[in-house]
Amino acid sequence: MSAGRYAMVVDTRLCVACKACVLACKAENNLAEGYCRDWLVEEVHGEFPKLRAENRSERCNHCSEAPCVDACPTGASHIAGGGVVLVTPDKCTGCKACMAACPYDARYLTPEGFVDKCTFCLHRVQRGEQPACVTVCPTRTLHFGDLDDPTSEVARLLVDRKWKVNHPESGAHPNVYFLV
Amino acid sequence: MEPVEIDVGRHNPGVDPGLELWGWEIPVYLFLGGIVAGLMVVPALLELRGRKPEGAGLRMAPWLAAVLLSLGMGALFLDLGHKLYVWRFYLAFRPTSPMSWGSWILLLVYPVLVLQGLGTAGEHGRRFLRTLAGPLSGLVDRLTALADGWRRPVLTASVVLGAGLGVYTGLLLGTTPARMLWNSALLGPLFLTSGLSAGAALLLLLPLTTEERHAVARFDMGAMGTELVLLKLYLTGLATGGEPQRIAASTLLGGEWAPQFWALVVFAGLGAPLALDAAELRRHRPFTRLAPVLVLVGGFSLRAVLVAAGQDVSFALVP
Repeated sequence: MSAGRYAMVVDTRLCVACKACVLACKAENNLAEGYCRDWLVEEVHGEFPKLRAENRSERCNHCSEAPCVDACPTGASHIAGGGVVLVTPDKCTGCKACMAACPYDARYLTPEGFVDKCTFCLHRVQRGEQPACVTVCPTRTLHFGDLDDPTSEVARLLVDRKWKVNHPESGAHPNVYFLV
Repeated sequence: MEPVEIDVGRHNPGVDPGLELWGWEIPVYLFLGGIVAGLMVVPALLELRGRKPEGAGLRMAPWLAAVLLSLGMGALFLDLGHKLYVWRFYLAFRPTSPMSWGSWILLLVYPVLVLQGLGTAGEHGRRFLRTLAGPLSGLVDRLTALADGWRRPVLTASVVLGAGLGVYTGLLLGTTPARMLWNSALLGPLFLTSGLSAGAALLLLLPLTTEERHAVARFDMGAMGTELVLLKLYLTGLATGGEPQRIAASTLLGGEWAPQFWALVVFAGLGAPLALDAAELRRHRPFTRLAPVLVLVGGFSLRAVLVAAGQDVSFALVP
């Protein structure tokens, strides 16, 4: 997959909150116990018996106007190919400016002291594979691809379906979309 | 509005259930940075306006500032998660990052403090420094000659760098749009005036001549008055903003942090010392150490309350 503008599209109508994406990410990226790069949000609206639920698999939004990258004093937080926001551990001082700047609280300090977050599994994407969370999703809720390619699945889904992003008022231009 | 229940299945330490990024180290660092700004700007401004330092307080101010700045940087270092990589701050300059600006400003402050201190030191002080330097006494002589010859440029640099340091301590928080309580450009000038006031207050606790004490107290009153206006503008900006800003303002105005904010920052830290300073200067009441001590308590409380309260308010609270 060549670098364009990578995005993830999450179909909230299909997600059953099974958390397979969370476990796959932990296993693929060998995360420390108690930490996660992606997580489930279950939102219930209304009063019983008139209830409406929405499940969202959330992660770093790999924002086009990433405030974390602007805040980083050392260049550890940077934008890599495809617009993916990455952290270079050897440049990170653990000052936490990026964590303060992230509107989605998607970053955390590892037990080793550097900041970590979702990478869209760029190491897999560069091998032509899909992110780990996408490959294990049993309901095909998660879609990953290049938004700059109008023929990609993610681009077509955003044309065909209604969608939203989390907290657009942050001005960060997030690249994780939720089909509603 | 229909009820909403949100269950977030994320439990990252330091992030959930509420953000706990910065503890005591950052307010201490911001407070000491502000005091250093005051210790650079106030004596330099007095001298630039023709008041040669006579009391020991003004003479020792640059050296005290260097010590306090080092303590502040020590606190900052303790806060780092990846301490062995601290040198990375000085392998990059990132214009969009206030922390990067701050790192470089801190580095520039030390030589200016040394030159300001050498230029202000009396004969006894210079002899002591030469003895202290031992084999490097020649360097002390050369630097002293430089400090004397370049007195006005050094004082001007002290004012400019001190102001930059004071503004930076506020902008470090103020340029963080994700934390609505912090996201105001007014935090820069607010922290600067609070730092100038705290620096002046610390000077008032040191030995000064009566004229010097009156001049510093008058400066302190002006800084506190300006700080009150800036604080009012900052809160007005938040309270009349969009929903995220209104949520942020409510935490200080009537929410969880209101008691500490009103009691320690507004009344004890600004209102009471302003009244005490006014009584001393206008009604010729005797000088007490209470007013400067209250200013220092208020200055630290401002930073402690804002750093803690700011972490409590995020976009997650916005419906």
